[in-house]
Amino acid sequence: MTKLPDAERLCEQLAAELKPRIGPKSAMVGLYTGGAWLAERLHPMLGLKTPLGLMDIAFYRDDYAARGLKHDPKRTKIPFDVNGSELLLVDDVLYSGRTIRAAMNELFDYGRPASISLVVLVDRGGRQLPICGQHVGARVEVPAGMRLNLKKLDSGTLVLALEAERAA
Amino acid sequence: MRLHIKNARVVDPASGKDGAGELFIADGKISKEISKADRVIDAKGLVVAPGFIDLAARLREPGSEYKATLESEMEAAVAGGVTSLACPPDTDPPLDEPGLVDMLRRRAKALARARVYPIGALTVKLSGEGLTEMGQLTDAGCVAFSQANAPLPDTQVLWRALQYAATFGYPVWLRAEDAWLAKGGVAHDGEIATRLGLPGIPAFAETIALATIIELVRATGARVHICRLSSAGAVDLIRRAKEEKLPVTCDVGVHHAHLCDLDLGYFDPNCRLEPPLRSQRDRDALARALAEGVVDCLCSDHTPVDEDSKHRPFSQAEPGATGLELLLPLTLKWGQAQKLSLAATLARITCEPARVLGISSGRLAAGAPADLVIFDPAASFTVAAASLRSQGKNTPFLGYELAGRVRCTIVDGKVVYES
Amino acid sequence: MQRNPQLNEKGELQHLLSIEGLPREILLQILDTAESFAGVTEREVKKVPLLRGKSVFNLFFEPSTRTRTTFEIAAKRLSADVINLNITVSSATKGESLLDTVANLSAMQADIFVVRHESSGAPFLIARHVKPHEHVINAGDGRHSHPTQGLLDLFTIRHYKKDFSGLTVAIVGDVLHSRVARSLIHGLTTLGAPEVRVIGPQTLLPAGVEALGVRVFHDMREGLADCDVVVMLRLQSERMRGALLPSAQEYFKHYGLTADKLALAKRDAIVMHPGPMNRGVEIDSTVADGPHSVILPQVTFGIAVRMAVMSIVAGN
Repeated sequence: MTKLPDAERLCEQLAAELKPRIGPKSAMVGLYTGGAWLAERLHPMLGLKTPLGLMDIAFYRDDYAARGLKHDPKRTKIPFDVNGSELLLVDDVLYSGRTIRAAMNELFDYGRPASISLVVLVDRGGRQLPICGQHVGARVEVPAGMRLNLKKLDSGTLVLALEAERAA
Repeated sequence: MRLHIKNARVVDPASGKDGAGELFIADGKISKEISKADRVIDAKGLVVAPGFIDLAARLREPGSEYKATLESEMEAAVAGGVTSLACPPDTDPPLDEPGLVDMLRRRAKALARARVYPIGALTVKLSGEGLTEMGQLTDAGCVAFSQANAPLPDTQVLWRALQYAATFGYPVWLRAEDAWLAKGGVAHDGEIATRLGLPGIPAFAETIALATIIELVRATGARVHICRLSSAGAVDLIRRAKEEKLPVTCDVGVHHAHLCDLDLGYFDPNCRLEPPLRSQRDRDALARALAEGVVDCLCSDHTPVDEDSKHRPFSQAEPGATGLELLLPLTLKWGQAQKLSLAATLARITCEPARVLGISSGRLAAGAPADLVIFDPAASFTVAAASLRSQGKNTPFLGYELAGRVRCTIVDGKVVYES
Repeated sequence: MQRNPQLNEKGELQHLLSIEGLPREILLQILDTAESFAGVTEREVKKVPLLRGKSVFNLFFEPSTRTRTTFEIAAKRLSADVINLNITVSSATKGESLLDTVANLSAMQADIFVVRHESSGAPFLIARHVKPHEHVINAGDGRHSHPTQGLLDLFTIRHYKKDFSGLTVAIVGDVLHSRVARSLIHGLTTLGAPEVRVIGPQTLLPAGVEALGVRVFHDMREGLADCDVVVMLRLQSERMRGALLPSAQEYFKHYGLTADKLALAKRDAIVMHPGPMNRGVEIDSTVADGPHSVILPQVTFGIAVRMAVMSIVAGN
């Protein structure tokens, strides 16, 4: 059984890695749901001037024709000007890369950022698009037929968990 | 043609007889035992009864041949075991001229299927204004006079029409509906029409008109048959009129004995009927009144409608349902629900309508016309458009499983249908 | 009884024909999705690519500029192609049947039909005859249903009042002829509003209306007492000719919403109207333009709600 890293420790590790790179134009956007929890943890640790943005990519996914609209999309809120910003895009698990593709398309509908850097807690490989993380907490191999998720306990602690893949 | 029907369960509602037996037919009449028959029919497991008499079946000729023809509808009639039928005057042009009536009777006679009794128009063109030549129309073969579904709002004209008909003893058949209260309505005015957003016809559109007709019957002594009762209130009025011994009879369309406004479902245009299907309470009152005999007859109100005219939004769909081939199974279903004997059930489509029409068919007595039906009361089938002989495939019962299949129909001593 | 024709075998929404018969979860799904779309209009690029490559055909057999325009805007914000069909001018007047019109359009690769028709039930007839990948959205059929209006009314109420569980809602006016009223009543009862009232004269209230789950009031002052939401329905001039009412002035006297009648409702009551308003007939200008009125926001919410409906059905 793969031993999963401690999500809280990875979070602190990422914060330490990012802190030196924060500048006046830096801004952060977290992707619902896991990326949003992670971003909510990182944002105060990094002392960013701009408020945190949270994004749902429901309307930009590439599997709408096959699977329809997902239930209960959250409302994307970007409370700063995307134009010219140096964006830190935050997600929990990087897998095929399609989520990040959708997120970038959505971000560009808000404006033209100066740069986008991808911050992920875990990279599990299995990329289907030419996307990579600039700041990766850990690389984890996930057994076939399993999903890797970030979970938030009642206490607020973040933990990584493996679950069986649900039939589509 | 001499026929011998043996091994049958013979049911004769007029005499109440229901038991094993046999029948003999000679010279177009039911006869006493004959020695040598040209044909023997073994009716083992089947019921032999008088051929059904349907008080309302639209043949769509003249005028609406694209909806149905005499050929197809007469085939449908005998396939349904109907040996006599009355056809309403709302053809195109309406049956207000002796020549049209004569032609219709000749055409029907030539086809040698069921007997056709035309109902003549009460007013010229059914317009509710001038009286038709009822004497001449009677000579041509009309057995009664009616407005079909056309309104007659002018009560002065209605009064005079009844007076005139009463003078000569012509029966008048009327559907009770106040034209103003029914204007624009397409469904029973109640909870279902409110949910579906359909303009409604209140039940009192029927009772107000019926009260008017009954009052005029008292005043004129005209013999009136009320067609297609639809509400519990109307049943009460008929009951009191009969207690008073007024010359009033009435019928209920076979669909209204089973269905109510709930059956409209998601705007099923096959349930667009005139009169509309009313509430459960109304439907139950009609079904009970038929069992009690307050309502005299069941009829099919057969109305073939082409597909294009039905595949429209509910309010725009043409009203009516096909019914000749479903009269038997639907009558049996009603009788079972009311826990009636087979004889009492079949009375509503044999001897009772015969009495209303004033004809001698409808009973199995020696000397009576040999109009018979042989059927299997237990044979069940699924109602499908392909198996209906009528050109009208418009029935709310499409896809339903019903029981009661005609095996042989005999009119005037000749076999006109066999399956 | 047949399956609700709006839902496919998996219980997902494939057509929106009527609020009646839709499960609570689907109504909430539409409202929640509309909430997400509400943010799109505040961005620079007011589009999302969800329906790119799909065609939305606006089939309006009854004329309407407002509703058709909001559907067009909603479809375009989803990146769909929109074709408007002015049926009064085209084939219908030449006697082409409703189903033939739809079949011809179907041959032109439609994905969504938005249909408005004067006959109750027309969208149901269409939905029975379209291909499996085609979706029908009812933009109003006769007096029966106007589900997107009902949904945007529910969205508006939820926006200002947060939840339905304690609300008293009054619907005032010509309920008999109103598809908007029927849709809103079904939505409110499904979502658990404890008291829904209809206020109007006997001539404008349909038979058996209580069976829809409403309390009937003929006296407007009584009916408005302690209401949280007041919905004013439009009065059409034809009602005067049909012997349902004597005059607009008399109607205003008994059933027009004025400031003093509104004062009987709760202090934070909101006033809604599906539009277009007849000022001085069903509503006084001071109220229509006053602080309780949410009539203009209703219009904005209408775009988000229609975007939600189209994106949910097109994906199922």
